[in-house]
Amino acid sequence: MILDGKAPTGQVDTSWDRYREDMKLVNPSNKRKYKIIVVGSGLAGGAGAASLGELGYNVDCFCYQDSPRRAHSIGAQGGINAAKNYPSDGDSIYRLFYDTVKGGDFRSREADVWRLAQVSNNIIDQCVAQGVPFARDYAGYLDNRSFGGAQVSRTFYARGQTGQQLLLGAYSALSRQIKNKTVTMYPRREMLDLVVVDGVAKGITVRNLLTGEVESHWGDAIILATGGYVNVFNLSTNAMGSSVTAIWKAVKKGAYMANPCYTQIHPTCIPVHGDAQSKLTLMSESLRNDGRIWVPKNAADCEKHASEIPEADRDYYLERKYPSFGNLAPRDISSRSAKEACDAGLGVGDGKRGVYLDFEDAIKRVGQPMIAERYGNLFDMYEKITDENGYERPMRIYPAPHYNMGGLWVDYECSSNIPGLFVLGEANFSVHGANRLGASALMQGLADGYFVIPYTIAPYLASIKNPGAVKEDHPEFKKSVEDVQAQTDKLLAINGKKTVSELHKELGNIMWENVGMARSKESLTNALKLIPELRDEFWNNVKVSGEGKELNQQLENAGRVADFLEFAEMLAEDALNREESCGGHFRTEHQTDEGEATRDDENFSYVAAWEFKGTGVKPELHKEPLKFERVHLAVRSYK
Amino acid sequence: MDLTLHVWRQKGPQDKGKLETYPAKNVSPDMSFLEMLDEINDGLIREGKDPIAFDHDCREGICGMCSQVINGRPHGKQEKTTVCQLHMRQYNDGDEIFIEPWRAKAFPIRKDLIVDRTSMDAIMQAGGYVSCHTGGVDDANALLIPKPTADYAMDAAECIGCGACIAACPNSSAMLFTGAKVAQLAALPQGKPEARKRVQEMTQAILDEGFGNCTNHYECEAACPKGISVKFIAKLNREYLKSLMPTST
Repeated sequence: MILDGKAPTGQVDTSWDRYREDMKLVNPSNKRKYKIIVVGSGLAGGAGAASLGELGYNVDCFCYQDSPRRAHSIGAQGGINAAKNYPSDGDSIYRLFYDTVKGGDFRSREADVWRLAQVSNNIIDQCVAQGVPFARDYAGYLDNRSFGGAQVSRTFYARGQTGQQLLLGAYSALSRQIKNKTVTMYPRREMLDLVVVDGVAKGITVRNLLTGEVESHWGDAIILATGGYVNVFNLSTNAMGSSVTAIWKAVKKGAYMANPCYTQIHPTCIPVHGDAQSKLTLMSESLRNDGRIWVPKNAADCEKHASEIPEADRDYYLERKYPSFGNLAPRDISSRSAKEACDAGLGVGDGKRGVYLDFEDAIKRVGQPMIAERYGNLFDMYEKITDENGYERPMRIYPAPHYNMGGLWVDYECSSNIPGLFVLGEANFSVHGANRLGASALMQGLADGYFVIPYTIAPYLASIKNPGAVKEDHPEFKKSVEDVQAQTDKLLAINGKKTVSELHKELGNIMWENVGMARSKESLTNALKLIPELRDEFWNNVKVSGEGKELNQQLENAGRVADFLEFAEMLAEDALNREESCGGHFRTEHQTDEGEATRDDENFSYVAAWEFKGTGVKPELHKEPLKFERVHLAVRSYK
Repeated sequence: MDLTLHVWRQKGPQDKGKLETYPAKNVSPDMSFLEMLDEINDGLIREGKDPIAFDHDCREGICGMCSQVINGRPHGKQEKTTVCQLHMRQYNDGDEIFIEPWRAKAFPIRKDLIVDRTSMDAIMQAGGYVSCHTGGVDDANALLIPKPTADYAMDAAECIGCGACIAACPNSSAMLFTGAKVAQLAALPQGKPEARKRVQEMTQAILDEGFGNCTNHYECEAACPKGISVKFIAKLNREYLKSLMPTST
């Protein structure tokens, strides 16, 4: 099937304005007749729930954490982009749009990206009004820094905790609506099924994580803002509870998964140490503003202390290969270059899987106190984890799974192919193409939540004749609860030999080795053989103790890993299908002699949207062709 | 290294609970404290026993989910560090480690080391916000905020809402947690119009939720993984006092 993204036709620059002029509205006194379910309370979900509640809709918001303030948006460090052009360095809505389309390797929908760039400015205004303490200069104006993939300074930041401050802003707006009783918060609930009635999304089934009760909740529209799935690699920078579960349950009810193979491996993470490691820690990409990345030129120097390696024997490989962007090359390129250096035997540290991030020159230039003011919390964090002082010797970094550009397929209105099911933030696929630029995830989450969904959900709601007609007493809700209960019983009955975390590690190894930074037909075919084998082992040999009707963290984890074991196969299928290299998806068969990615616009300029056909059955591919009218397709160069 | 753990085990809210002892063998100094507990739990599961339930999520010291009192100190012995960022190199071979949940009237225990902290959300819902609408606000640079003011607000805003301050306080006071938010918003021009109402409503919520008062022990600041200063409690008191004065209008 050929999918239609329903983007407004005509001039891209005016598409969002024209959409808003033409859209159907719900009048104020009718809004209170609708109930909207929002799953997730991060930047997209929290901002969306608060804004929809403020408009007058009844909103039920769900999160698995004990408080909406803990969603993993909180982990974002570096900043948020906006086209304010406060520094007068040549920025504009067009340039942010262009950088995002190019950064995504020309695999995103133009109109969606334009809208994002356009509302980016409203986001900064909104956050300041909420009291978000962005960095400022002595005159009191907002300060900006630069980020990878851009030649202007358009990133707003709050020390190294920008995600935290923006999330607390959204949380404060949400708290206000909870007090006003327009939003009802359901913390410690995990969505375990989507309820679809006559082809329309009408509710969710959740497990109360404190009591184990399985609950039904109805809504006239369902919004999923449940974040990312890179814990499919086991070790990642995501929170421990981040999972594919909510969107995977939607896929199993008919929603299409778009471009699942577009995963982002972030270049500046603390390298892996030991087998017991449970997660990887990212250090903000903003470090690349002042840090220089290098490896020794000679493998013999890799074991030496960095200070013993003379300048002439260091290879500042990003500066060498990409002189105009240097250490600020986009994430996919920086990560792959680090892998190449380590594959060539030039890595440093444990297992020689690391490269240096060196602040010596920056400290000489501006002094250690200035570096400490800019990145102090990151140096502290690095020292806590590695027991090394980053001011005195270069940090060691290595790429780690961080983000997914893929996600549920949505049209211009953030609506999935299931009527009534909307998807926001990292959970949808829409704006980042095949690679996301730094400081753009926060921008997308808040754009979707504050400034997109409050508009684009209205035409759908206006089309519903009898809001609230389907409630929890509908037989589909009862059936959904029984299905969830049956899966719980099945997991508890296996009583095998391996723990959930052991099996998750095994899945992570398969994915990292075969579907990681470099993929080939051979490695992907291998993954497609190994994943079903491991899934079979899981369902025959996992050990989950305790009961369903109690707080049971092993059971929660088992459900998440069970879903990863199904989803991983779709991810690998997508990577195998995409016979080109673009952004975060690198196929070793498709590269230039110099090792640069080669894209195939003639055959692959489309969104790959996969329809679930059953566990272990090859999913069906649907395509949404991508048209570029405002930008010219070009080879992405950062040289 | 080999360690001996004494861990609070409590099946549910009604259970009395008690300390259980577990050996932790071959612990690597590079492990985080939670990774050490992961290993213990995998061992318990293999033996068919109930693993230790504990809250955690981001494991990078920012979400505020982890909540353990280790050898009597919330988040353990390392200053300005959450449990997830505490590493085993802080301990020595043969150490005995006592692990307990946050203890406060307003934090009922749900299971083992997991407590219910919705009382903190209730304080925020009482007034921890600026009542601005989505959209319809001024340009971000229309309001000039001096750098020292922005920095002061940011110092307060760094709170991760973990509740260590409350667990550390002999009165289970939420004054540091509340003070940080009141101070952040009272310092900024955006927060001033509602400052009077906010401090009144948030302090009332402190009482309603069963938190105690501040008697200047300063245990909160010592336990805070983000080093939030007790000066924000003074600011809270000052703002409260100001809110009692008659207005000129």
